Amino acid sequence: MSIQTIATFAKMGLAIGVLVGGVAPIMLWVERRASALMQDRRGPNRLGPLGLFQGIADAAKFIFKEDIIPSGADKGMFLLAPVLALVPALTTFLVIPFGPDLMFDGERIAMLVVPGEAGALLFLALGSLGVYSLVCAGYASNNKYSLLGSVRASAQMISYELAMGFAVLGALIPVGSFRLDAAVAWQQDHLWAIVPQFVGFVVFLVASYAETNRLPFDLPEAESELVAGFHTEYGSMRFAMFFMGEYISMTVLSALLCTLYLGGWTLPGVTFPETWMGVAMGAGVLAAKVTFFMFLYVWIRWTLPRFRYDQLMTLGWKVLLPLSMVNLLVMAALTVGGIL
Amino acid sequence: MIEIIVFAIFAVLALVSALVVITHPDPVKSTMSLVLTFFSVAVLYVLLHAPFIATLQVLVYTGAILVLFLFVLMLLNISRETHREDKATAQTWLTLLGAGFFFGLLALYFYRSTSGLEPVGDLGGIHELSVLLFSRYLITFEMIGVLLLAAVVGASYLTSRLEEKNS
Repeated sequence: MSIQTIATFAKMGLAIGVLVGGVAPIMLWVERRASALMQDRRGPNRLGPLGLFQGIADAAKFIFKEDIIPSGADKGMFLLAPVLALVPALTTFLVIPFGPDLMFDGERIAMLVVPGEAGALLFLALGSLGVYSLVCAGYASNNKYSLLGSVRASAQMISYELAMGFAVLGALIPVGSFRLDAAVAWQQDHLWAIVPQFVGFVVFLVASYAETNRLPFDLPEAESELVAGFHTEYGSMRFAMFFMGEYISMTVLSALLCTLYLGGWTLPGVTFPETWMGVAMGAGVLAAKVTFFMFLYVWIRWTLPRFRYDQLMTLGWKVLLPLSMVNLLVMAALTVGGIL
Repeated sequence: MIEIIVFAIFAVLALVSALVVITHPDPVKSTMSLVLTFFSVAVLYVLLHAPFIATLQVLVYTGAILVLFLFVLMLLNISRETHREDKATAQTWLTLLGAGFFFGLLALYFYRSTSGLEPVGDLGGIHELSVLLFSRYLITFEMIGVLLLAAVVGASYLTSRLEEKNS
């Protein structure tokens, strides 16, 4: 096996390890403590310093709970749905660059798992498969609340995917490539893309909340109307997989947002060396940016009330989609005019 | 070697799932099977050095169109097919005859052909495809765009007329 092959597996293992082992337990803690902070409560504070080990306790609880499959459920699809929640979320991270190239034993190793022309398109394609998890879960559960959640999810995620796609195109037009490492390099050479296209940034940000079904757009769950929406019938580890899938999608979408609009792993005016140290610094910068947006997710969840379904659709089709198209046109004009 | 194994797995998967699409009595299951078919075909595109077409296949067909299929199926609550026509009519025989003729021709073509099924170059790359679309096939490409727009306008006109009737 060549160094490149080994490196690819190492990068894949690292990315999946961080996402599964790091993001989910930490976010569980952040979500609870932050909501407690905002609601003037204490939150979980018994396990470990500041309750930091709460994630471990929750994981243990999920594992030991009885695994229930409702009678009347479609067993195959019922078991498939939680897996479908995790797989697209994990694979989309593979196109995000997270550091400068590493010179190792005379070979140049790119710090993203799947280098290739398709880059951002591949991200959108794999990300669009996430909706099948919700659809399967709702259909297989044999429960009206679940089914309603699925119907909502399918319409919502399709609608916001369009606006998000146009926003991504707008961000990539000045770059002239779908490659995300090219997008990072362009921003390093010029300026962060958020400056010329703040509109595209806002559209992408709002659409990412709808794509991950987070408040204020968590209509597929909507506990005040649908019990728990598409995952009403799920318990124990299977519920935990939906949970992890949601957090991991939030992470990868934040990572794409930072890569497209906020320079990814780079900082303006700083060149990271092509060594292990440089890679660690690059990954640290990206992680810091992603952390901010993860906190924003939590912040917004405990601040804003839920949208009504018609408001959600109006916002998606009549506000975000036209805005993203205008952004695309302006970017195209600026690029052709040689200003960007 | 790896390519042949991957091809074998996904070619068989595509065929089997396509068969399930037309034989399964539950329309939602059929659609889910179609998802698998399209995904397998996308993998075959990758093997043919057409990563861009593969990505579009997943993005457009698997990620959008089939989700809409499922949305409509679940919204209209279409139930399982209960009764089945088991009697072979003249139509059945004609269908079989036509299909046999078609596949016979296909088999003959592959049997006779000497070139094999090697990819003809990097036509499937984003850059190559874009250059072709915006030079040689520019008019065709734009015409397809207009055609799709006409379909959209027609659909929205029909629904708006229905709403007027109802109100």
